[in-house]
Amino acid sequence: MTSQKKAMLIDLTLCIGCNACQGACKEENRLPPEEEKYLSLTAYTALSKYNDLYVRRMCQHCDVPTCVSVCPVGALTKSETGPVAYDADKCIGCRYCLQACPYHVPKYEWSSTQPRIQKCKFCATRLAKGLQPACAEGCPTGATKFGARDEMLLEAANRINAEPAKYVPRIYGKDDVGGTSMLYLSPVPFEQLGFDARLGKIPMPMLTMSALSKVPNVLSVGGVLLGGIWWITNRRSEVQAYEASRGKSRSSRHEDNP
Amino acid sequence: MRILAMPRVTRWRPIATILILLGLLAAFARFKYGLGATTNLTDEFPWGLWIGFDFLGIGLAASGFTIVAAVNLFHAKEYEPIVRPAILTAFIGYLLVVLVLIIDLGRPDHFWHPLVMWNPHSVMCEISWCLMLYTTVLSLEFAPIILEKFNIHKPIKWIHAISLPLMIFGVLLSTLHQSSFGSLYLIVPNRLHALWYTPMLPVLFFISCIASGISMVVLESLILSRDGHDFLPTPLRANLAKIIAIALAVYFVVRVQDLLSRGALHELTTLTYYSLAFYAELLIGFVIPLVLLLFGRVRTSRRGLYFATLMVVVGFAFNRMNTAITGMEQYPAHTYFPSLIEIFIMLGITAIGFTAFTITVKYLPIFEPVEVAPRLRETAVTGLPEPIFLAREGSDLKPS
Repeated sequence: MTSQKKAMLIDLTLCIGCNACQGACKEENRLPPEEEKYLSLTAYTALSKYNDLYVRRMCQHCDVPTCVSVCPVGALTKSETGPVAYDADKCIGCRYCLQACPYHVPKYEWSSTQPRIQKCKFCATRLAKGLQPACAEGCPTGATKFGARDEMLLEAANRINAEPAKYVPRIYGKDDVGGTSMLYLSPVPFEQLGFDARLGKIPMPMLTMSALSKVPNVLSVGGVLLGGIWWITNRRSEVQAYEASRGKSRSSRHEDNP
Repeated sequence: MRILAMPRVTRWRPIATILILLGLLAAFARFKYGLGATTNLTDEFPWGLWIGFDFLGIGLAASGFTIVAAVNLFHAKEYEPIVRPAILTAFIGYLLVVLVLIIDLGRPDHFWHPLVMWNPHSVMCEISWCLMLYTTVLSLEFAPIILEKFNIHKPIKWIHAISLPLMIFGVLLSTLHQSSFGSLYLIVPNRLHALWYTPMLPVLFFISCIASGISMVVLESLILSRDGHDFLPTPLRANLAKIIAIALAVYFVVRVQDLLSRGALHELTTLTYYSLAFYAELLIGFVIPLVLLLFGRVRTSRRGLYFATLMVVVGFAFNRMNTAITGMEQYPAHTYFPSLIEIFIMLGITAIGFTAFTITVKYLPIFEPVEVAPRLRETAVTGLPEPIFLAREGSDLKPS
């Protein structure tokens, strides 16, 4: 049985840069229809051009999302099917998600006095209805394909195996930062396409967990330790005070005992 | 009560008044027009001067837990005269940081959310909790000083009853969040420059806050005990200087060892935007004061100690601002410089802090000049930690 986890396979060799994905996204999300080159409050997806290649940027909907882990109030949540959802009613506006997102995805309503973040929603409402995301539906060349994550991974591997000369042997997103819902195939190394080579395979939240997991220990061991130190130093002071009170009469004995 | 001679900062009052008024205006603008119009923060640089200020404020307020631990848990009773100033510094520092955090939040009206909507995976959530709990601890530690002033003794007894667990809890909370401010950056290895990003960030933040917190108290003791009233005897101040030197030395070793083991030392061989900032921080805040404090003559000289601790504080500020700002900049493509409104709010809040400190010191018994030799260890009172710093000799607290 295939998992219910969904994904999109984005094959850069098939993308012709027609921007239909952005158009469909803007229509679905009721955003102003002007074409945009970068992710913004009004563009949840955008194409960046590298020579004759187009790379589609959007929220990667990570399997272990950094934004979800850093949000102090749980305003960002990861659903089982894949989408990372945002609840503006919880958000306090600390902007840790903007700071921490390895893909620089969330955008902030800086000009508002009640600001929210904006980003791709993986068309969660469409997915719930059994539909595919607007961008995948709008893509005329099949450069963006939607399906179960297992199947998309299988298909990506098959495409690489079928035409090894056409692709670099890597499915970006398979296990990068612990795996993402957006899987990319490329004819050139991903580092040349603005993908951050420093990110690695380990989910970013693990970096924090190494420190946070020590909190219970600090509290329990530290509490006992400090209590113990107080007890010892206090006892020592008591003994000293006692000795001092009898010190005069006993001082001679101390001198006898070297 | 003896009123101390205040430091003679010429025209301090008008300056503070102007700064506070400007800060208020700036804060008004920030709330009226939003963050975008009033700050230089962007999607690429979502945290700026205010976060740096928070780091700084919390670090300089670290005396609150180090001195309390030393005096009341480790029984170094001879340092009792600086417990109150340390608590006051910490209390004011924390209140101001909480204030700045709320101004910094995009939705200040939601500031209470972390208390009811938990995310145990978030360092920010842990910090929110620590800040709230520790500020409560500090207010309980500070309350007796006010209650004593108004001769209300009953609540003091209640606080006394829980003083030991309270202090231990306070020290633990401080240990946690002082280091957690460093942990905030563990998740951005791809953004923070290699000279500052290290898995050791929480450890480094913790060690450096010990040096800066104690330096701050030493500095206060030097500035405020003029005109022959010295509330901290020179040998004790020299001892504190020794502790600062040890913390600086440990920090230096850990920092350099960390750079070596991560292979980041080569970043320092050329003079760049980043390496200059790094050198400024390490030389001013750690190396030079460490060398100075190694000399007994400096440790016992008021002037020498003044400069050494001032350097520690300034270098510490460099360190925190570098971590929060310089290291996060992508020089020269994406740099950040705070807007005037950001700066005015920070200066205004700093002025509020100094003013609050000056006024509190004037009307509450915080500094008590030492007239007799401080109690020695041998004659220290034993038992539960005293009702926070109250039952000092000369105190008029008598359960009646």
